[in-house]
Amino acid sequence: MKEVRWHARAGQGAKTVSQLLAEAGLLAGSSVQAFPEYGPERRGAPMRAYTRISDKNIRRHDPVASPDIVIVLEPTLVNEMNVAEGLSDDGVVLVDSNELPAALKGVNALAVPATKIAHDHGLKFSNVVMLGAAAAAGGIPLANIQDAAVKKLGKRLDADSLRGAIAEGYACLA
Amino acid sequence: MAVKTQEGAQLLTGGEAVAYAMAQIDPDVFPVYPITPQTPIIQTFAKLVANGKATTEIVNVESEHSAMSATIGAAMAGARSMTATSSQGLALMAEMVYIAAGMRAPIVMAVGNRALSAPLNIHCDHSDSMMIRDSGVIQLFAESVQEAYDHMVTAARIAEHPDVMLPVLVCQDGFTLTHSEEPLILTPDEVVKDFVGEYKIPLPLLDVEQVTTKGIFALQDYYTELRYQMNAAMEAAETVIADVFAEYSPLVGRPFGLLEEYELEGAERVVFLMGSTAGTIKDVVDELRAEGEKVGLLRLVSYRPFPAEAIRKALASAQEVIVLDRSDAPGAVPSLHSEMAAALYGSSAKLRAHVFGLGGRELVPDEARAIFAGEAPTHIALRS
Repeated sequence: MKEVRWHARAGQGAKTVSQLLAEAGLLAGSSVQAFPEYGPERRGAPMRAYTRISDKNIRRHDPVASPDIVIVLEPTLVNEMNVAEGLSDDGVVLVDSNELPAALKGVNALAVPATKIAHDHGLKFSNVVMLGAAAAAGGIPLANIQDAAVKKLGKRLDADSLRGAIAEGYACLA
Repeated sequence: MAVKTQEGAQLLTGGEAVAYAMAQIDPDVFPVYPITPQTPIIQTFAKLVANGKATTEIVNVESEHSAMSATIGAAMAGARSMTATSSQGLALMAEMVYIAAGMRAPIVMAVGNRALSAPLNIHCDHSDSMMIRDSGVIQLFAESVQEAYDHMVTAARIAEHPDVMLPVLVCQDGFTLTHSEEPLILTPDEVVKDFVGEYKIPLPLLDVEQVTTKGIFALQDYYTELRYQMNAAMEAAETVIADVFAEYSPLVGRPFGLLEEYELEGAERVVFLMGSTAGTIKDVVDELRAEGEKVGLLRLVSYRPFPAEAIRKALASAQEVIVLDRSDAPGAVPSLHSEMAAALYGSSAKLRAHVFGLGGRELVPDEARAIFAGEAPTHIALRS
């Protein structure tokens, strides 16, 4: 089982990409689960979301405590909390940033310049780029994650830009 | 690699899932007022109605009290009527919930269970359902998104059965299921339509050939008899639920029951609880079984009617029963604990009980292990 924890501010689209990763897992033939964790529901407040992907039926309903992959959509959060808390032994933290924040020194972490990549592809939101990186870290085929994203977001966003941005995020882990 | 049971599945949240079931049933009237975490249910349903998937009249009312009042009125008039709520909404509705049951209105209500204020909390526990435990409504608790959907499909048949004629609450854990995406297999539209059938109640208010009075006065003369009839209906509901489940089960290839027995064969210590946490406990039961521990799980689906006799039978060989209540009862023992004590009266099994999961504090596998080991505090995960 791969367990993923997403850190973001409410409104950055963490819930959406946590679900898209699950959707891609489902397309790849796995059992999946995706759920958000809110404090008080308000835009801008720190929030978490979780994705589980497994080759066995997923029955548990507790939050992910020992993630294999942590995705940080909002780099300032690394100064407010320990985003690497409970990280599994071979786990990895992926943060949307041009360079690795000082707070993550000593952690198995990687900076993904997702905001820059998103802008290069004409997209306002970097969450889909981080989704690509998360899929690569989770061993989800690129085509599955692209298809899942286009299916859900294709009406609002240009499909080619989406596929391109996701592929570039995916390639950061290759 | 592929998981067999997921074939044809799509990802939906529990809230979306029951909304899809409602759209397939296509009730006549749906009076409703929004509240977290019930909102995805009515949001999704409203969208499905707007897109022509259902022809339901959605009535946007000014409060939950009005929502239930309008639902009762519509149901008694002769329209299949449903509503949905959570927590404070159910609290405000409580007066009318008793009236719905007393008037024998076969309403179906989707509930996203959430803690009651104060302090204000939007997350899951079962205290809202407990508040109306003696109201005379049937309450079914789901473990998963799929089960919440399936309960919704079966609920109308149970509510409208001539031996029952009581409201059915389809309960799912707020956020943990209402906002959680899980693979869901939808039952085909025509199968749901055929299964649920037409809404028919005896003597609807709008039957002008046979004029009747609804919402009657009954004093010393008949009040006791009418309440007694509700008890009889609730007793009959135990059989009706089992029958309706048994009819639905082969259509979808999934088992259903008022109870779920998990690894009870030879189990000495058995956890008893309701809702989504059962999934977490099952994983821990598997781990402990692999370590040679004789543990099991008895999951309660039908909180009302409470199937005491079946529970007693299922626990016949258990040495210790561990009850987990997701609500508390200041000054007394919580509901499942007291019901279980009554069900086990005269049995030699030891009874232990814990309160867990208040206000959304989810139970984690390590705590489940401590519970089985007898090393957990009365209030699980209580911080000093």
